Amino acid sequence: MATEAAHGHDQQWLVHHQYEDYEQQSESYIVGMWAFLVTEIMFFGALFLAYVLYRWQYQPEFYLIHKDLDWVMGGINTTVLLFSSLAVALAVRCAMLQDRKGVLGWLTVTQLCAAGFLVIKYFEWSHKYHKGVWLGEGFKWGEGVTKYAQDVSANTAQLFYSLYYCMTGLHGFHVVIGIIVIGILMRMWFKNNPLVTKDYVPTELVGLYWHFVDLVWIFLYPLFYLMPR
Amino acid sequence: MASDSTHLSHNHHVQPVGMYMKVFGALVVLMVATIAVAQVEALKEYSLLNNFIAMGIAVTKATLVVLFFMGVKFSSALTKIFVLLGFSWFFMLFFMFCDYFTRSWEPVPGWTGTSQETAMPRENRWSEGFDRLK
Repeated sequence: MATEAAHGHDQQWLVHHQYEDYEQQSESYIVGMWAFLVTEIMFFGALFLAYVLYRWQYQPEFYLIHKDLDWVMGGINTTVLLFSSLAVALAVRCAMLQDRKGVLGWLTVTQLCAAGFLVIKYFEWSHKYHKGVWLGEGFKWGEGVTKYAQDVSANTAQLFYSLYYCMTGLHGFHVVIGIIVIGILMRMWFKNNPLVTKDYVPTELVGLYWHFVDLVWIFLYPLFYLMPR
Repeated sequence: MASDSTHLSHNHHVQPVGMYMKVFGALVVLMVATIAVAQVEALKEYSLLNNFIAMGIAVTKATLVVLFFMGVKFSSALTKIFVLLGFSWFFMLFFMFCDYFTRSWEPVPGWTGTSQETAMPRENRWSEGFDRLK
């Protein structure tokens, strides 16, 4: 009992004056983060709505165009992101146990996965860019695209690729933000900042954000790379 | 110090590493399953069924991530309510589809364009399928 009381006293300095205790504060932080993630779901949700409407309208065309995407590359990226999610979950676990080395180690693994994801994405995108399959007026369709995809009109292909670039682009942007935020968090852990070493919640919040990035990709991958006929 | 970490474990629901490994294993297996289903020739003619399988697997994967990696299974009731709020989007999606997919039932003069270049989906062209490409 005595140890618990002493421990509770230790954490009291972390508690801001509007909260009763550490538990209430932690719950508020986590609920706040989820409220933010709900707005993110709606943000991406609008794009998923656009996707479903046009996919319904142009299913055969979309099916033929999607053969132009490399499902192996997408599959590698899915594995990389799933593994980064595991690494973050383990980093948060280490943060709960106040294991500084563990947190820094697993967050480094996450950063490497995130960078790897972006490198693969860069290869996919630059390959398309050089073929002229890009956004805007310079959009070229026909040369260099998969045999089946050539049967589709350039306008429909442009529609498909607008959705593809917007959705994977917005997702990629979230990956970049994730790298920056995890970098800041790692710096705080590295400098032994008590805000993160004595309180696991900041690490948990960054972890929640990163899992969300993984969640979006879980849906993007089958929708773009594994389209059924 | 030992009692300190037990205290932390008690409050923050520290889960065994094995649980995270099992969830990761399940996620990878499901990913392989969704790729495999997309490659099955026999299933390719059943687009709708195939979509349901692919999305079913994706939803299962997402649920695993939310419950175990994001720790919602072990979190407070208030947090769970906010997580469920995220799903309210799917209800809104349903009502928007009700609008879009029934427009062709009640034609409006001037809205009858069926050209492939029209921006708004106006008619359900699903049934025409691949025939219109030939």
